[in-house]
Amino acid sequence: MAIKLDNSQTDLPVLKPFNYSPAGQPGDLQFSRWLAEVPPHGFIGLLLLACLWPVIAAAQSNFTTTQAFEALWRWMPFLLTKGFLLNVVVSFLTMLIGTIAGILLGLGQISPINWLRRSCWFITQLFRNSPWLVLLFIVMLAFPFEIQIGDTIIPIPDWMKAVFGLSLPIMANIAEVVRGGVQSVSTGQWEAAESLAYTRQQTLWMIILPQCFKRMIPPWMNWYAILTMATPLISLLGVEEIITLSRQAMESEDNHPELLMPFFGFSLVIFFIYCYPIARLTMKLEKRFNVKG
Amino acid sequence: MTTHNWTPDQPLISIRDVHKSFGDLEVLKGITLDVRQGEVICIIGPSGSGKSTLIRCINALNPINSGSIKVEGQEVNDPKLDKLALRKKVGMVFQQYNLFPHKTALENIMMAPVKVLNEPVDEVEQRARKLMKRVNLIGKEDAYPGELSGGQQQRVAIARSLAMNPDVILFDEVTAALDPETVNEVLLAIKDLAQDGMTCILVTHEMGFAREVADHIYFTDRGVIVEHGPPATFFTEASDPRTQEFLSQIL
Repeated sequence: MAIKLDNSQTDLPVLKPFNYSPAGQPGDLQFSRWLAEVPPHGFIGLLLLACLWPVIAAAQSNFTTTQAFEALWRWMPFLLTKGFLLNVVVSFLTMLIGTIAGILLGLGQISPINWLRRSCWFITQLFRNSPWLVLLFIVMLAFPFEIQIGDTIIPIPDWMKAVFGLSLPIMANIAEVVRGGVQSVSTGQWEAAESLAYTRQQTLWMIILPQCFKRMIPPWMNWYAILTMATPLISLLGVEEIITLSRQAMESEDNHPELLMPFFGFSLVIFFIYCYPIARLTMKLEKRFNVKG
Repeated sequence: MTTHNWTPDQPLISIRDVHKSFGDLEVLKGITLDVRQGEVICIIGPSGSGKSTLIRCINALNPINSGSIKVEGQEVNDPKLDKLALRKKVGMVFQQYNLFPHKTALENIMMAPVKVLNEPVDEVEQRARKLMKRVNLIGKEDAYPGELSGGQQQRVAIARSLAMNPDVILFDEVTAALDPETVNEVLLAIKDLAQDGMTCILVTHEMGFAREVADHIYFTDRGVIVEHGPPATFFTEASDPRTQEFLSQIL
């Protein structure tokens, strides 16, 4: 007897589709839901956890936990204004580029023109299912470090290239959000507009998109939070964001192992403080829009 | 669109031997019927007999496989058909109303004439308000579809279709999704149109209504027209056993 297995309802990893990603499908809000479920005092717990490890290690050297936190305190303004700020700037710009490109790609996927729809589908699948870090390395190495327009040479800094690299998977996932949003509007709306002699373009812009716009906001925000959490990836490419700068700061403090937890714990807490309200807001909006239908 | 030498004394809609399949399933197996200007046609028959498909073919929502549908002399089964021009002449009202939920009742009515026909806004608004009055919905102009009952929404949908000044309106089981107590207000609105001389093609299960307003009744079953005639004789002198069986179940 054959057993019918529903992929979507199993916890067994082998039964998941091969492209199953821990971040969830573009439309669902798995990440935001998980983050929003952390109780508001959760980050204090994170801080306490961060303090624990140096206590154990303290016996091994004469550099104390207190000194480690003093070092962190000295570096904190620098890490925030030079480091984390860049993470935020990168996430903003990536989201901007990714959203614009993603909307175009998503609309391309519902185009009546066959070759356009197919190629948009292919591009979306390609960038959705590629490891982000691989995409980042390709962009980093393939892009020129400056471009020449006429006589002026415009340098492209590394962080700008990182923005392009991160934009690719964001674009593909936003494209899926847009496609899913448009397809969530009932076909009756298309038919009603068609029977009133609206063109396809008019139907899309006046009837369909205004209806699904609200529904696309929570998954869009979900992707923003995922992206922000992923920005430390660019430290592997030498971009001077919060993780790169933390490591440099620790080096200048003689690389005591007691520094590790305060410094990286600080980054963890900062990302949590930044993303947590976004996740809460995402879930709130999701609830509100769902009730209204 | 050229009128192809069509004159009002010829049938407004002329359907000849129309075949339509969805994959392997043939839903229309050679339908032929004529609708003259000002006529009210009711198409009745069991579920799945192809009634809705037939009227959706008239405004080219569904393409047909073979045969001919002419609306005012314009062939619908033509790859070069100007669908938009056709749909400006053929209105349609759906079972599920399909009002645009993000627009008010008045905006629903005004949108197409303003955006599609490019008519001046104040002129359209005047007409839309008159239509709201005609379907007995004064005071609901600024209500969103979600705030209206099924019967009210369906009357807005009728007004929305009328605002385009169509030559014929297709009604696709427009009372099937309604609560029994609101069916009548929608039927009254349609009856008002019919008496006003609007050409109407109705797919319906409301036999009493069909008998009252129709000029001609067609009974379809499994993709063919089994029997047709004016209501006076259709209900009393139905000769085909399939028609008799259907009528005995529904009356």
